[in-house]
Amino acid sequence: MDLARSVRSARLPPGSGSLILVAVLALTGVIAPWIAPYDPLATNVAEALQPPSVAHWFGTDAVGRDLFSRVLVATRLDLSIAVVAVALSFVVGATAGTISGYLGGWIDAAIGRVTDTIMAFPLFVLAMGIVAAAGNTVANIIYATAVINIPTYVRVARAEVLVRREAPFVQAARLAGNGPARVLAFHLFPNVAAPLIVQASLNMGYAILNAAGLSFIGLGVRPPAPEWGIMVADGAAYIISGEWWVWLFPGLALTGAVLAFNVAGDGLRDFFDPQRRS
Amino acid sequence: MNSIAAPQPLLEIEELSVKIASRRGMVAAVRDVSFSVAPGEILGIVGESGSGKSVTALAVMGILPAAARVGHGSIRFAGRALNLTGRRRGDREGLAIIFQNPRAALDPIRPVGRQLVDALRAHSPLSARQAAVSAVELLGQVRIHEPARRFWSYPFELSGGMCQRAMIAIALACKPRLLIADEPTTGLDVTTQKAIVDLLVALAAERGMATVLITHDLALASERCSRLAVMQGGRVVEIAETVEILRQPREPYTRSLIAATPRADEDTTTRTGGAPAAVAPPLLAVESLCRDYRLRAAGGMAARAWGQISRPGNVREIDILRAVDNVTFDLSPGESVGLVGESGSGKSTLAALIVRLIDPTAGRIRFRGEDIGAIPARHAARAAFRREIQMVFQDPSASLNSRHTAFDAIAEPIRRLGPLARARPLAGVVHELAEMVGLAAALLSRLPHQLSGGEKARVGIARAIALRPSLLVLDEPTASLDVRVQAVILDLLAKLRDEFAMTYFFVSHDLAVVRRVCERVMVMRSGQIVESGMTEKVLTAPDHPYTKELVAAIPRAAHRELIQNASAR
Repeated sequence: MDLARSVRSARLPPGSGSLILVAVLALTGVIAPWIAPYDPLATNVAEALQPPSVAHWFGTDAVGRDLFSRVLVATRLDLSIAVVAVALSFVVGATAGTISGYLGGWIDAAIGRVTDTIMAFPLFVLAMGIVAAAGNTVANIIYATAVINIPTYVRVARAEVLVRREAPFVQAARLAGNGPARVLAFHLFPNVAAPLIVQASLNMGYAILNAAGLSFIGLGVRPPAPEWGIMVADGAAYIISGEWWVWLFPGLALTGAVLAFNVAGDGLRDFFDPQRRS
Repeated sequence: MNSIAAPQPLLEIEELSVKIASRRGMVAAVRDVSFSVAPGEILGIVGESGSGKSVTALAVMGILPAAARVGHGSIRFAGRALNLTGRRRGDREGLAIIFQNPRAALDPIRPVGRQLVDALRAHSPLSARQAAVSAVELLGQVRIHEPARRFWSYPFELSGGMCQRAMIAIALACKPRLLIADEPTTGLDVTTQKAIVDLLVALAAERGMATVLITHDLALASERCSRLAVMQGGRVVEIAETVEILRQPREPYTRSLIAATPRADEDTTTRTGGAPAAVAPPLLAVESLCRDYRLRAAGGMAARAWGQISRPGNVREIDILRAVDNVTFDLSPGESVGLVGESGSGKSTLAALIVRLIDPTAGRIRFRGEDIGAIPARHAARAAFRREIQMVFQDPSASLNSRHTAFDAIAEPIRRLGPLARARPLAGVVHELAEMVGLAAALLSRLPHQLSGGEKARVGIARAIALRPSLLVLDEPTASLDVRVQAVILDLLAKLRDEFAMTYFFVSHDLAVVRRVCERVMVMRSGQIVESGMTEKVLTAPDHPYTKELVAAIPRAAHRELIQNASAR
């Protein structure tokens, strides 16, 4: 029995499955142009709207482009937008939140009001507004996605810092001669990073959806660039006429990516939670 | 073996073994424990944390954590065998337990009276009205004043002692024949501790209820219990009449436990140097120091202090709390001064003021003549006095950054403030410090969670003395340590003080500990120093009524004379 138990306890940490899936997604994003069987932009009207076959695993779209290649190559763009947007909101949000929680006073109030203002809008509508106003470019999709995610990081970081601001280890750090900046950077931040990282992973799924959503309504990446949101939008026209593969495969890719990041976030949460680790 | 006259034991535990699943596999928490409790008897179980005392209690109650497995053994209560894997309905009728942290054991969003009614109605078919009447009666029996009013109090409106009384009332609701009290007074103030234990003993006598008192405090247990079981590493190493254990402990472990228990009347050999020369200018002069907290409805330190000191009834009128109220005293170089008082008396606030973690509201703090109270706390990190005034914190775990190794923790003040760093390699200095506090060099690369409580305390001390401060403020440095570790750490502190001629400002709620280290003692209550003087004098002939109360509340170790007699023979 002890042996069986030790074998089981030697298992991978919780959530590894989804982390592996996330790694596969990332790898696909990197190598997609080389493994894609066709040029994702190459049209071939002769083979338009072909159902899935051995030659075209996911079938072809209205202008005969290979959907499998397009779904693969789109991984890079969708993931890049999400990663950069989440990284931006993480850096800005965590910094603002940590400072807000530690210093308090008018700085805290000011940062709090800004996040409240952002949160006052329906976030997707806000993102639409930003892209519509600033212009329909990949960079602006990234900024819009980042802005709407910032409040989450501000609030998580602020709450975590508030709990630890008066902790004995912070007082000890002050007695050791650390000024406020050093206390924040070297003592508080490393101790509040774990929940923020979990938040980032959960946010990735949301960021992917947000970018795809913007593209879906025509406010994001412009055709003919392969992107899951546009591809679903293209496929929507064929739902009634029965060409189901045009929207199904990019939709599945989108769902799978969001799901993988959400499950990975849950796994990370368990990993960082000492209660669940012992 | 048992004479026929001996009463049938109420609780009989035989060969009980419990294992708990942990990251390193199954750990034996309780190993072959056997003992019995007679009706009406008060049995003490004494041992350090991790000795298996609480796990044994949980096994008796059938509320072991999910990770625990009972290996073998049996528990019989009133002649019936108990189901070891968990509770069955009616199975443990007549057994009750109270826990260490009463506030956490009570439901925070329901009045205590309601919770008591639940317990009463779960055990007997009472109408809501009848149960409420019984509940008020029970609250009166646990000596809660105005029980009918307290019925509607929420746990946060009650002091820790009151919460524990309410817990005891809930435990009594099922008319137990055996009450297990698992560290019932840990974390309470000394005077409250005494009142709670008095209450338990009185209730046991009134109701003929057997009691198992689980505690790490040998003095407390020996004062109240007729028999003692000493546990170590999951085993009962010794069980006998209290008198016998104290007079002739058989096991070396028991002996070390007795030796380590600080006694308020012992010869204070660790204190050296008498009163310092009065002519020397004071190292630290505190003049009319005050610190206010503005009370707000939510959160924060002030609200916590408010919860502790307020007396029900006048709570809502206060909106400014004077945590330190017009305090004046001097510390001479090389002197050790103790500061005692209950939680909420303002002693930790005073300590934080002196090390300049917080700013005073009024008054002066002169260090070597300079008014360091005028330097804002947020600039203190760069002030000249920072190297000279350091602190050892109460909780060695919480005061270490969980992501820094022991080495980094000790090295940090040197890196930030030490000119030493340039003259000598840092690693050498840190290793020397580790050696001074008795920390093995191999442990320096470990993170705090890989160290024991005593080792973490040593890291905290090494960090505090790294810069050779002239004033060391110690805020309950041993409060969270087991009694044997506590004794070792106190000896270490005494040694270091003599070696570096440091001045100690020693904050503690434990008079026995203070007596061991300090020549002079100040007693603080409600933010004011109510009495101060030489330790001997204050402890033997206290003036202030509050000091008298404090001194009376020290567990009077009934065994003292016995031990002295035994050693005299």
